[in-house]
Amino acid sequence: MRQLVAASLTLCAGLALAQSPANRVYVSSEKDNRIYVFDTKGERLSSIEVCKRPRHMMFNPKHTQIYVSCGDSNRLGIVDTASAKMTDQVAVGDSPEIFDLSPDGKSVFVSIEEENVMAAYSLETKVKLFEVKTGGEPEGILVMPDGKQAYVTSEDANVVHLVDLVKRKVVKNIRVGKRPRRFVLAADGKELWISNELGSSISILDTQDQHVKQTVDFKVQGMRAADITPVGMALSPDGKTLWVGLGRANHVAEVDVATRQVRRNILVGKRAWGLMPHPDGKTLYVTNGLSDDMTLVDTAAGKAVRTVAVGRVPHSVLVQP
Amino acid sequence: MAGLLRRELLVGMLALSGLACGVSRVQAAPASVGVAVISLAGDERYAPRRLERAYPGHPQGRMLDAARLAAEDASVELEMAGLSLKVREVLLPDVQALPKALGELKAAGIHHVVADLPLAEMNQLVRTAPAALGGAMVFNAGLDDDALRAESCAAHLLHTYPSRQMLADALAQYLAARAWRKVLLLQGPLPGDQLQADAFNRAARRYGLKITQTRPFKLSGDPRERDLANTRLLTGEREHDVVAVMDSNGEFARLLPYATQWPRPVVGSNGLMAAAWHPQWERNGGPQLSRRFQRLAKRPMQGQDWAAWMAVRAMGAVLVDEPSASVAQQLKRLRGAAVFLDGFKGPRLSFRAWDGQLRQPLFLSHIDGVVGLAPLEGVLHPTEVMDTLGVDEKESTCRARP
Repeated sequence: MRQLVAASLTLCAGLALAQSPANRVYVSSEKDNRIYVFDTKGERLSSIEVCKRPRHMMFNPKHTQIYVSCGDSNRLGIVDTASAKMTDQVAVGDSPEIFDLSPDGKSVFVSIEEENVMAAYSLETKVKLFEVKTGGEPEGILVMPDGKQAYVTSEDANVVHLVDLVKRKVVKNIRVGKRPRRFVLAADGKELWISNELGSSISILDTQDQHVKQTVDFKVQGMRAADITPVGMALSPDGKTLWVGLGRANHVAEVDVATRQVRRNILVGKRAWGLMPHPDGKTLYVTNGLSDDMTLVDTAAGKAVRTVAVGRVPHSVLVQP
Repeated sequence: MAGLLRRELLVGMLALSGLACGVSRVQAAPASVGVAVISLAGDERYAPRRLERAYPGHPQGRMLDAARLAAEDASVELEMAGLSLKVREVLLPDVQALPKALGELKAAGIHHVVADLPLAEMNQLVRTAPAALGGAMVFNAGLDDDALRAESCAAHLLHTYPSRQMLADALAQYLAARAWRKVLLLQGPLPGDQLQADAFNRAARRYGLKITQTRPFKLSGDPRERDLANTRLLTGEREHDVVAVMDSNGEFARLLPYATQWPRPVVGSNGLMAAAWHPQWERNGGPQLSRRFQRLAKRPMQGQDWAAWMAVRAMGAVLVDEPSASVAQQLKRLRGAAVFLDGFKGPRLSFRAWDGQLRQPLFLSHIDGVVGLAPLEGVLHPTEVMDTLGVDEKESTCRARP
């Protein structure tokens, strides 16, 4: 009994401090309808049952909750990290995929694949705020730090839409490479890096004048351009390195953000798409969608150190140090 | 006559390039580019009772819905170039109506055609379209005949549907990869069965399959023809790993799986088949495309639908890249592999320069799902592994290039 009280006291203290369990890696598995929980060394600890076909995940600003988009149940699941349970859901449109949060963490902007819209929802009231029509199969979404503008990719139309979130409309369409997928904001917000899955490249957009100023092409020894399908990207904590999952090429490219040079390609698992570095920058976690596993990469050595099974079709990964 | 034809073509092209230049200058209102989907009223493939049978690999409806879906899918990208694609249905009462229909298309300024026609009508369209339309781009989205890519090929003819040889190579690669190398071949009496068998025999030689026996089959209830019609008698040969059935009609092949003498898989025209599309393809955005088509057409997307959709997407892609290019330039770009397409099958796709065929992965599928993807892993090619499917540059007899 005393133990229980003590435990609940600790729990309350934990909640009061808004603390999430430390030393955790979360991986969404599209076909298992679960988020698998690992420690940062890659030891599997448990799993959390969530809504159907969980894909993209983000922490809330305090890291006490995980938002997860569920493509088959048309929900945004909300997972409480302390209790490791899905505690709430927000109904969204048909087939949500990637999303981003407003800077204050109160709204969420979701690409709704089947309806060709970017829809905004309030996380407080769970009400849809508005939607903006996009090209076919919207995917990547990035809300700018000032919260006034967002970028959305349309995979099918090969464009990036610049959306004015105040006027609630597309203000510019920017043509990029074939099948644009995801975004990373680099160079202190001055550059938007866009992965082009079928272009085997990254387009670098100047966020001041909204023009593509450079394209980085990927090459992997022994592979043809058509086999290199970049999708997921992650920026190192110091902002100097961008890691790019090269999909079918089964490698992660390490790109020097300043010079745009590919420093090296690191062999991982099959169809490497989801990426996330540890905040210390020493380990990169890579989910391999077709080999159902996650590779831990030693970023200094540029080598895979461990690959662990994660369940069927791992999508995204989050790291809590 | 030839001189006259050339002059007409030239005038047509000049007129067209003038129009296109005009389009690129006027950015305000999107200029619409017409696409005609030409089909034949009495086409036996679409006879109601035939459609009810829904034999695998055969079309389950006309191509119009797929073409409309593609125009809609391409609209955002085209709008940025100040363009739109407008799909127009041309349903010929009979083949005699073709010249008049082409005349009407010419009057409407249409040069882009998706042909949803049987072989004879297709050949006539390919022969007459360039002169009749003043420059034409014709897409074959439903016929697998290798002759259309060889002796009947044309500079303005592109194929988004795979050739029979591609389909046969995909199947042979799969059988070789599984080491199911001994094949009992059953062949029907129709000319189409012979073409399937020719392609399969060539693919078997290419990938080291052994045909243990070739036996003719016939749909018949006549006890005197029992050895041609009885599935157990036909498959009594003991040495084979698989039974390959060459049946361009589909009725006999449907009766064969689970009805063989020995427990052997059936491949070819039923059982395990090579296909351009499968509604259960789960990757590369496949479910999204299949769902969009299902919503519009109220039926699952088939290979021919995918090919018609791809044809209109190809028109869209070349227009977006070069909004002011003439039809002749568009053909050059498409057949020069300067335009890449997203076919929702994984890699980016392009057309082969030598015969206008779209290179593409093919699904190895049964009625219920996809079990493999060709080119199979481990199959190699010096320049482009998708060119292990079908007729490669050195083997091609097509000499017509734009």
